[in-house]
Amino acid sequence: MSEKSREVLEEEAKALLKDSYTAKERASLPVQPMPSQDPKQRIHNMDEVALGYTDSQALLEANRCLNCKNKPCVEGCPVGIDIPAFIHHITQRDIKAAGDEIAKASLLPAICGRVCPQENQCQLYCTVGKMHKDIDQSVSIGRLERYVADTLAKENEQSVAKIAPPTGKKVCVVGSGPASIAAAADLCKAGHKVTMFEALHKGGGVLVYGIPEFRLPKAIVARELAKLTAMGVDIQTNFLVGRTRSIKELMEKDGYDAVFVGSGAGLPKFMGIDGENLVGVLSANEFLTRSNLMKAYDHEHALTPMPQISKVAVFGGGNVAMDAARTALRLGAQKVSVIYRRSENELPARKEEVGHAKEEGVEFLLLHNPSRIIADESGHVKGVELLTCELGEPDASGRRSPVEIPGSETFYEYDTVIVAIGNNSNPLIKMTTEGIETTRKGTFVVNPDTNETTLKGVWAGGDIVLGAATVILAMGQGRKAAKAMNEYLAK
Amino acid sequence: MHRIIEKEQLSAEVFRFKVEAPNIARERKAGQFIILQMGGDYNERIPLTIADADPEEGTITLIFQAVGESTHRLALLNVGDSIANLLGPLGKPTHIENFGRCVCVGGGIGVAPLYPIVKALKAAGNQVKVIIGARNKGLIIMEEEMRKAADELIVVTDDGSYGRKALVTEPLKELCSTWAPNLAVAIGPPIMMKFCALATKEFGVKTVVSLNTIMIDGTGMCGGCRVSIDGQTKFVCVDGPEFDGHQVDWNNMLTRLGTYKSQEAMAHHRCHIDLNIEEGKA
Ligand SMILES: Cc1cc2nc3c(=O)[nH]c(=O)nc-3n(C[C@H](O)[C@H](O)[C@H](O)COP(=O)(O)OP(=O)(O)OC[C@H]3O[C@@H](n4cnc5c(N)ncnc54)[C@H](O)[C@@H]3O)c2cc1C
Ligand SMILES: Cc1cc2nc3c(=O)[nH]c(=O)nc-3n(C[C@H](O)[C@H](O)[C@H](O)COP(=O)(O)OP(=O)(O)OC[C@H]3O[C@@H](n4cnc5c(N)ncnc54)[C@H](O)[C@@H]3O)c2cc1C
Ligand code: SF4
Ligand code: SF4
Ligand code: FES
Repeated sequence: MSEKSREVLEEEAKALLKDSYTAKERASLPVQPMPSQDPKQRIHNMDEVALGYTDSQALLEANRCLNCKNKPCVEGCPVGIDIPAFIHHITQRDIKAAGDEIAKASLLPAICGRVCPQENQCQLYCTVGKMHKDIDQSVSIGRLERYVADTLAKENEQSVAKIAPPTGKKVCVVGSGPASIAAAADLCKAGHKVTMFEALHKGGGVLVYGIPEFRLPKAIVARELAKLTAMGVDIQTNFLVGRTRSIKELMEKDGYDAVFVGSGAGLPKFMGIDGENLVGVLSANEFLTRSNLMKAYDHEHALTPMPQISKVAVFGGGNVAMDAARTALRLGAQKVSVIYRRSENELPARKEEVGHAKEEGVEFLLLHNPSRIIADESGHVKGVELLTCELGEPDASGRRSPVEIPGSETFYEYDTVIVAIGNNSNPLIKMTTEGIETTRKGTFVVNPDTNETTLKGVWAGGDIVLGAATVILAMGQGRKAAKAMNEYLAK
Repeated sequence: MHRIIEKEQLSAEVFRFKVEAPNIARERKAGQFIILQMGGDYNERIPLTIADADPEEGTITLIFQAVGESTHRLALLNVGDSIANLLGPLGKPTHIENFGRCVCVGGGIGVAPLYPIVKALKAAGNQVKVIIGARNKGLIIMEEEMRKAADELIVVTDDGSYGRKALVTEPLKELCSTWAPNLAVAIGPPIMMKFCALATKEFGVKTVVSLNTIMIDGTGMCGGCRVSIDGQTKFVCVDGPEFDGHQVDWNNMLTRLGTYKSQEAMAHHRCHIDLNIEEGKA
């Protein structure tokens, strides 16, 4: 999000570095921009857009933190990382200690530092932002977290987890997304024999098939999975719990003493409008899976085809929509429009991604809602009909709800439509497991203190419980469940 | 890793593999399928029906036609080679009960997925008549197995090079009027299933078809396999693959299958060159 090169940013930061600062000086240090690939270039590659702070930038940014006694930012972090403590270690140039501090609460800092919606979490509460009455002035906690994780990874300095002596207990985790990774790690550390079952041929869940390389390099996810393997977790891919084996059989026949389900929210929603099954209409999951998991963006090598796209309409305004839109640009689309029924303020995507998408040339058709998708003679998409909306009264979620203006239908030409309006929970485990109760939305009912489901010996966490949520919340739930499971298994 | 322990070429384009897959062999039922991926970052995920399985031996049988790049690459594997990724069993099993009289129609490669269903219907006490058809004699597969499994077998070819010269819909209509089956099952190319469903509709014979839409994950995550059934969107990989043939929106399904036609045609051409395969020899 800065025009300046990494080298220039490093020099500028270095010039401002001092051994100590007065409180006043701290408060006036400039917030450090994230060095990024040039938008004109990056839409032609899949490489990571945000390049990460330089050493001097990190040091300077860390010095912007006032080390508040009451730690308001920690309130905003779903896993309660002691933010001022880790940032203080950075100011002391002790990155190892900073990493150890983060590791007490978070297992995936390289990932969460990149993908957390910080502006709604830790950074929303930051005193510095409040002082300037501008959230963009908050201490860049996420970027610092990423800096610590990346620096340690580069130096191969990651603390090796201590593993308790074997307990003789066998547990399995279903899925390999952040909830399951966190649960597996904590269960393994307690000395249990852990098997992870993943349906796809590669582990990582949404981190691998959904979030694109340019936002979260797959090598980082692979590193986290390799850590699990090194700890002794047996990762079995191509294993669909409910079909390859049911939960009941896993527990009764295969001897698993406890099960954690982190099966995510992988069931794409459609809008139910005319034309949704036309050729040229894809769910964001399909589009992103083709590109990320199946590497279809690399058409020289990949055997999985990508549709030929030129004018692309993306329905939705969340992270999934941003990822789909920006991937479409990288695949050579001439025009990409994000179509969202509320206004910019309500866009649920991370602010940084909206900014990136705009820089790259994604068009935002706000206050518009699709009413149907229209085909040419061959059954292929030729355009969409949109209704204009205005904002009405705030709804239950506190967001102002869009009201369609009758008679405002207008035709827009597109050859591809990507539906990114969210995901429901995958019903397979519910369908194949007696005794697991779900809510009306299909998410698992759990005890909020322990994340245990209504079936004894089975815990759950992440999107299968929360509905489509965030990486950090999924990770936090995995850890909460693992703690309860460890207590249960110790009895 | 799943080792191939038997390989047989059934016709110019059709291959039979017996593959080690103990977990899948143990759980699978008639009508279910697997998705395989030959390892690495770039290989495609290919859905194939489980044609047979031996739970004791821990093996499953796959029968596939080399139609494009991925299936050609698969056909080049030999006994002793391994398939890196094999996921299954997927989809809902065929609903089997004693219906009474059943007519089962298999077209081309569709005979392979039909076989376990015929066996299961027989085992449940049904009378089963089977019609198998192909473009020509060389493409008829599993005739012997079917003859053993069925009460009666009718073989047809489009060009009359073997059996009766007819499309499968002809004997199907005859059986519908003379034998009044309680259930029809049709598996084959989508266009064949469409016309079978049209044929049986006249006679009010309930018809089950097995849809072979384009798939990626096979777990309900991508929605690429969706079809319209009686006006409702369904995912073939989790809600199917079998549906009531009279409720399928065939035209929509056929257009969706053609989504990647141009890319596939290029890949097919390229693979004949890259893989050194003579045209017409798979
Ligand atoms: C495109 C996209 C972008 C996103 N961007 C962000 C972001 O920027 N920031 C953020 O915080 N969050 C983001 N999210 C949300 C975040 O990724 C999810 O909340 C998080 O991944 C949920 O983790 P999870 O462990 O619950 O499940 P998932 O990550 O969904 O993983 C579930 C895994 O379980 C497997 N599985 C499912 N059923 C079975 C079964 N029966 N047997 C075996 N395996 C099974 C699936 O194949 C999958 O691999 C994004 C989501 C998407 C789709
Ligand atoms: C549930 C199910 C069961 C199947 N069972 C069998 C079987 O037992 N034997 C058999 O020979 N074939 C079977 N098929 C079809 C088989 O999956 C395709 O022939 C194969 O994927 C083609 O790949 P390709 O790269 O060789 O050909 P391509 O050149 O890519 O495609 C050839 C044709 O295959 C279809 N196809 C392409 N990609 C896919 C995909 N990812 N998923 C599904 N279809 C695709 C398209 O309609 C295309 O026109 C089944 C399909 C499904 C969905
Ligand atoms: S994990 Fe997320 S919310 Fe917590 S401190 Fe890090 S970036 Fe902020
Ligand atoms: S609120 Fe901001 S300034 Fe205060 S400790 Fe947290 S990060 Fe530092
Ligand atoms: S193949 Fe992806 S949902 Fe069916």
